[in-house]
Amino acid sequence: MPEQYDRHIIIVGAGAAGCTAAGQLAREGYRISLIEKENEPGGKVINWYQLFPDRRKSEEVLKYLRDEIDNPLINISLNTTVESIVKEDDRFIVTTTRGVLTAADAILMATGFDLFKPERKEEYGYGIYDDVITSVELEEKFHSGTVLTSKGVAPERVGIVHCVGSRDEKVGNFHCSKVCCVTAVKQAIEIREMLPGTEVFCFYMDMRMFGPYYEELYREAQEKWGVNFIRGKVSEASENIEGRLLVKVEDTLAGKPLKMQVDLLVLMIGMENSLSGKKIAGSLDLEIGINGFFSVLDNHYGNNQSNQAGVFFAGTCTAAMNITDTISHARASVVEIGRYLKSKEKRVVL
Amino acid sequence: MKKFGFSSIKPRVIDYDRNNRAVMEYIMENEPSFALCIGCGGCAATCSAAQFTDMSLRKLNILIKRGENDEVRRLMNKCMLCGKCTLVCPRGVNTRNVIFLTQQAFRKLDNYAV
Repeated sequence: MPEQYDRHIIIVGAGAAGCTAAGQLAREGYRISLIEKENEPGGKVINWYQLFPDRRKSEEVLKYLRDEIDNPLINISLNTTVESIVKEDDRFIVTTTRGVLTAADAILMATGFDLFKPERKEEYGYGIYDDVITSVELEEKFHSGTVLTSKGVAPERVGIVHCVGSRDEKVGNFHCSKVCCVTAVKQAIEIREMLPGTEVFCFYMDMRMFGPYYEELYREAQEKWGVNFIRGKVSEASENIEGRLLVKVEDTLAGKPLKMQVDLLVLMIGMENSLSGKKIAGSLDLEIGINGFFSVLDNHYGNNQSNQAGVFFAGTCTAAMNITDTISHARASVVEIGRYLKSKEKRVVL
Repeated sequence: MKKFGFSSIKPRVIDYDRNNRAVMEYIMENEPSFALCIGCGGCAATCSAAQFTDMSLRKLNILIKRGENDEVRRLMNKCMLCGKCTLVCPRGVNTRNVIFLTQQAFRKLDNYAV
């Protein structure tokens, strides 16, 4: 029996990062406790209808993640929240809502992100006007098969607001959530596909098409689907006497203010470090960066390591990431954890 | 009636729901590459006319799309149709044809003989 079987790693969070790392570590022979606060694994991937840039069904990626953790070395605890993690010598004692877990040799924080709460941008009227919804709620509408307004009719015009809760000092977030631009483009295409008679307008500050085939998707949105793009940050949305939403924005490329009525306003809500992850960080003395996410040991070659030896990171608890980068980051964490545990073994031998 | 020296000022705001976008529709139909503009300003940077006037094709494109026709009318005739902008455009928009079609659309709108 290889030495690894004695090594126990606790992974907090069974989303894209947690499942990927758990699967790979188990294949290498480590014993894994995977702790998830929700009632199923998959994390935020569950929210999606189709994924950018190729618009495949999210179920395909969910299946990949769930197959990854189908391994006898992985013990998953659902509906379980980690309350604290304490380091004693070289081992970690993890306290959860279901009791204390046996000491672990390493911790992988795969705690992910929370969605920005759009009520905090009161000027956009979320929670005040029924037809102001979030990008996640739009995915739910896609799942239901059609996109209707609160009045039960197809919208004539849809507005999509980029950067809600991102790049906005007023809510304390300087960072870019990265995936919202391409999500907006994807969702605009999906609306046009489902409702060819509906006009779609994206209000953006910059179009950040950072990933492979994102720029191509943006171009497709313009060329094939007739999606309109207006460069400017929406200042406010209000309801007029007919119950339509009035959007105010500067059309910065025209150099003039613009007002426009829409029937549905979709807020592209950004990512923040998860509150549950930050609570655990307190007990482990993990450093938090000015962007609110966990601080990594080195921005270039140490972005799976924390300031605490034996505690590693995977995925969006360190920065906003798409699914592809999250999976890559999680796989990289496996290498770092293996190297750390092997260095411990050597010390015992010496 | 006695005049008191007051006059109403036309609002600067683009009132999207009131504006007429027939010119944009005419261009979209005849030059679909018009949809691909990303507002980079490459065209405006190279524009011969822009060296001496406030001509900006980047801005003109947006004004056409919003239906700001008074300003479109004012700007479109500053173009000399040299076509340098078309050589520069990273999105492959046939910019010269956009201006040409804009001028044509207004002639049609104004019922001029083409």
